[in-house]
Amino acid sequence: MARTHLYVTEAGEPIHGILAEFATPADLYHASERVRDAGYTKWDTFTPFPIHGMEEAMGIKRTKLPLLVAAGGFTGVGLAYLMQWWMSADYHMVVQGKPYGSLLSGGWQPFVPITFELGILFAAFSSLIGMLALNGLPRWHHPLLKKERFLASSEDRFFVCIEAKDANFDPDKTRALLEGAGATSIELVEE
Amino acid sequence: MSAIHPDQLTAQRLAGMARPPIEPPTDPSTGDGTLIDDPAKRAPLVLNQRSFKEVTDIICGYAENKPPIWWLPVFMLTSTIAGLGGLFITYLVITGIGTWGLTNQVDWAWDITNFVFWIGIGHAGTLISAILCLLKQKWRTAVNRAAEAMTIFAVICAATFPGIHVGRQWMAWMLFPFPNSNSIWPNFKSPLLWDVFAVSTYGIVSLLFWFMGMIPDLATLRDRADRRLRHAGDGGPILFPLLPVRTDKIRAYVYGLLALGWRFSSRHWHRYEAAYLVLAGISTPLVLSVHSIVSFDFATSILPGWHTTIFPPYFVAGAIFGGFAMVLMLLIPARELYPNMKDFITLRHLENMAKIILVTGMMVGFAYSMEFFIAYYGGNPNELFAFKNRAFGPYWWAYATMVSCNVLSPQVFWNKAMRTKPIVIFFISLLVTIGMWFERFVIIVTSLHRTFLPGEWHMFHPSMVDIMIFVGSCGVFLTLFLLFLRFLPVFAMAELKAVMPQASPHHSAEGGSSAYGMGVSPLQVDAPKGGH
Repeated sequence: MARTHLYVTEAGEPIHGILAEFATPADLYHASERVRDAGYTKWDTFTPFPIHGMEEAMGIKRTKLPLLVAAGGFTGVGLAYLMQWWMSADYHMVVQGKPYGSLLSGGWQPFVPITFELGILFAAFSSLIGMLALNGLPRWHHPLLKKERFLASSEDRFFVCIEAKDANFDPDKTRALLEGAGATSIELVEE
Repeated sequence: MSAIHPDQLTAQRLAGMARPPIEPPTDPSTGDGTLIDDPAKRAPLVLNQRSFKEVTDIICGYAENKPPIWWLPVFMLTSTIAGLGGLFITYLVITGIGTWGLTNQVDWAWDITNFVFWIGIGHAGTLISAILCLLKQKWRTAVNRAAEAMTIFAVICAATFPGIHVGRQWMAWMLFPFPNSNSIWPNFKSPLLWDVFAVSTYGIVSLLFWFMGMIPDLATLRDRADRRLRHAGDGGPILFPLLPVRTDKIRAYVYGLLALGWRFSSRHWHRYEAAYLVLAGISTPLVLSVHSIVSFDFATSILPGWHTTIFPPYFVAGAIFGGFAMVLMLLIPARELYPNMKDFITLRHLENMAKIILVTGMMVGFAYSMEFFIAYYGGNPNELFAFKNRAFGPYWWAYATMVSCNVLSPQVFWNKAMRTKPIVIFFISLLVTIGMWFERFVIIVTSLHRTFLPGEWHMFHPSMVDIMIFVGSCGVFLTLFLLFLRFLPVFAMAELKAVMPQASPHHSAEGGSSAYGMGVSPLQVDAPKGGH
């Protein structure tokens, strides 16, 4: 964090990074490969839709989200079984002479549907909440969203933003790299 | 888009930004150009060679522009019907379920028929969003948003009925295991309780799936409102003549709040796609389980006509069958009435769904005949009687309606000319929807009305309250769907853009018609592996 405000604009505003616009997915893809190979780590691309193969072009590691979902799902399964087992033990109800229900003494079969459903429910919540949490969302303010040009990323424009926090960041060299990669416009983003 | 000025188009074309003029499909037998049978050519998913910008403008336009002229009158009609249904529910709660046509013997009738009918309709949305996603059926991107919305609205309608059929509706919270001063817990061995969990889970997971899919598109609507605000200064349209709140300000806030600050980052997209795939993966067994559990309500009883092991697969097939019919009944008028919607919902989409109707209709027909065969082959006189009574007893007309609508009417889809005509598909879908309602009525009422003792034989006659609550639920469903068409992104814009040819990073920038499916060379076709 020490490097956060190393660069400021002429007006004295701290700089978030350099934003470069590209016209097509292909241009962005090749620019990303160059940024990745130049050794940047704190940078991102912004596209109106997920572009196939961007993970490789940007060197993004595979997300751990599926593990979170699995953990959530099995938690749901466990809690659902415990709930049914405990509630059936707490309030004994004889139904057609069947056992009250526990794993050991038998009678666990009627617990299967609810156990399954709650497993799914917890997994679904963990996938949405896990995705948002790993992405640092919800976050309703961001330096990039202040840039009007950037808002076109939700329609048909493709952007690269290299953050000033990156160890390799250098206003001139970074700009030159993006220019060389075919950016149609480049601007500074204030914090 | 009519918003584009002709000069602007000419200027864009001169600057090399616009495409050459649109060519009509070369072969008239391909309809709008999407009904290609040649396996070497890929049917275009979006017609008229739309650019990303045009796709965004068209789809956001449904939520941003004034609604079509018919929208408000239709909305007022459907919401009146919904309100009328609400009044009859109020009357039911005040007076009691004796106001329904239930008798001592037929103690479940339209309430549960409507419940199973609506919950079944929901299944098509999840099938499209989950199972077709796992199967990489790219055409689903044009219909999944509307189908998922329909799922949620159908689940809302369905959930009403178990809630109001309990008799003392103010005790309906006891459906859930809430701690209470009587220290009693629900009976976990009852399929009715499984149903509560299955339907609640299904409703919530469908809602999460729908919402997650909408996050990027809500962000698009937010950004567009934000840009208009920045340009308009202090001007811009206001919400009501007397209210000095600008419409775009409300849009930017509401869509912005719902979009959770999404900013189209590729690192975010990566996790988003993983989460989407995981949700599709877990929704697939979920959708199959929900209607199986609904069928357990009947199958685990000992009543002849209900007590059959074929019920779970039979119900699931019927649910998908009825659900697709409802999707088609909503989307065929929508694509006629909204401008440019035919570019996204092409004839091929309709044909694909007609094929699914044909397949699932045959499954349902197989289940009908198998039930009869087992009733005969199983040698249980009570069961044989129940089925003979079902087809030839006093409710023969309901059974005949069910078979002719569900099994016979979809057979016209064997003919390609029939399954590519929207009006024919709409009409068959209407028949299927009627048939599927009758299927549930037949299963429930004909099994109940003549049981073991002839002294218990009764006919069921629906009361006005029965009828109006069902009609009201149709009003609720349509009202919610109209609101969806008016205020939310009707198509999954981001997904739709991702399956367009120019979305591939290996797409050549020369553009032109070559990449849009008509004159594609095989080398260009296989560039994107798989897809999203």
